[in-house]
Amino acid sequence: MVGDRQDVGRESGLKDPRMDTAVDTTRRTGWQHDLYDLLRRHDITQFAYVPDAGHSILIDRSLADPGVHSIPLTTEEEGVALIAGADLGGARAMLLMQSSGVGNCINMLSLIKGARFPFLTLVSMRGDFGEGNPWQFPMGQATQPVLEAMGVICLRIERPQDVIATTSAALTMVFKSGQAVAVLLSQQLIGAKPF
Amino acid sequence: MPPASVTSRLAAAAAPGFVLERSEAVPALIGGHQDFLFIAGLGGTACDVGAVTGDGAHVYSLGGAMGAACMMGLGLALARPDKRVLVVTGDGELLMNLGALAAIAVIDPPNLAILCVDNGHYGETGWQKSHTSLGVDLEKIAIGSGIKRTRTVAADTDIADGARLLREGNGTAFVLLRVKPTEPAEFKRNFDASLCRDRFRAALEPR
Repeated sequence: MVGDRQDVGRESGLKDPRMDTAVDTTRRTGWQHDLYDLLRRHDITQFAYVPDAGHSILIDRSLADPGVHSIPLTTEEEGVALIAGADLGGARAMLLMQSSGVGNCINMLSLIKGARFPFLTLVSMRGDFGEGNPWQFPMGQATQPVLEAMGVICLRIERPQDVIATTSAALTMVFKSGQAVAVLLSQQLIGAKPF
Repeated sequence: MPPASVTSRLAAAAAPGFVLERSEAVPALIGGHQDFLFIAGLGGTACDVGAVTGDGAHVYSLGGAMGAACMMGLGLALARPDKRVLVVTGDGELLMNLGALAAIAVIDPPNLAILCVDNGHYGETGWQKSHTSLGVDLEKIAIGSGIKRTRTVAADTDIADGARLLREGNGTAFVLLRVKPTEPAEFKRNFDASLCRDRFRAALEPR
């Protein structure tokens, strides 16, 4: 959700709310940059997002990329509908969100399941490994069951060395086989916020 | 479908300003339907657009996922900048996801237009009054969301200007069409969402 991590950053006295990601967005190294390059090689041209520190590099790269549309959403379910519309026009879109936003998507996923739209989302997890904010646990722990109940296959990543292989697998499942897939970026991978 | 006496009683109780017949005003605003790709909301607008286009393959109509229409239109408009995309949806469907107007306004694709057919009621669920019968003005919400080209069409004399706006290419347009709370066009629509997706994609020529 908007602001969750930023608020936490202020509470913990961090100057830069994105400091925990510890990656310099100007130097194009690290798995986040490799991940963006992979998504672009697979012709993703619409990046819909709700701001989140875990996705900040992907968001910044898409905003700086003249070859794509970077679409800020007011709520995550808008991204589900956008993906369906892009597919009707023959384009590939994806949704970047935090686990708390998965709950906002539930009924809108009827569109994906009912019409078998290809669907790819990257979900940065809260409320799991090492989480220090108790408010994050209800939706964080419900994220995978909720997605699976709506027909979305979940692939979880815990180590940086697995990011490219797992996301490549997801891209094949979505755009070659027409499946709905959520890649869950765990807090082991992206780091839990210090409190 | 409620009996005629119910709809006529509702029509009599409608707020002033809801006087146009949707069966005349919607086709008049759309004009030559071949010029657009359509996303239609669930319920009445799916029937209106189905009737106007003769069940065209250039229409994708919702049967659920309420609140999806405008953002589907955005994704389609960005995917196909060479085509004009017209979202035709109802007041209830639009009210379900007002944030979409803000999301669309900041992108402002010039090939996207939204036609909201506002009858002030939830016709599919028993003709309960919607918020637009009770003081909510969706054109003002569109303006406040940042959409720069908006109109309210509430009389016959407004239709030509509204139709022109839907076809203008200077930025996303929003037209609020106020109509009587009467039945939409009679149209037996296809509820197979996957078949309609395949049909739409197959009919759309490659860029």
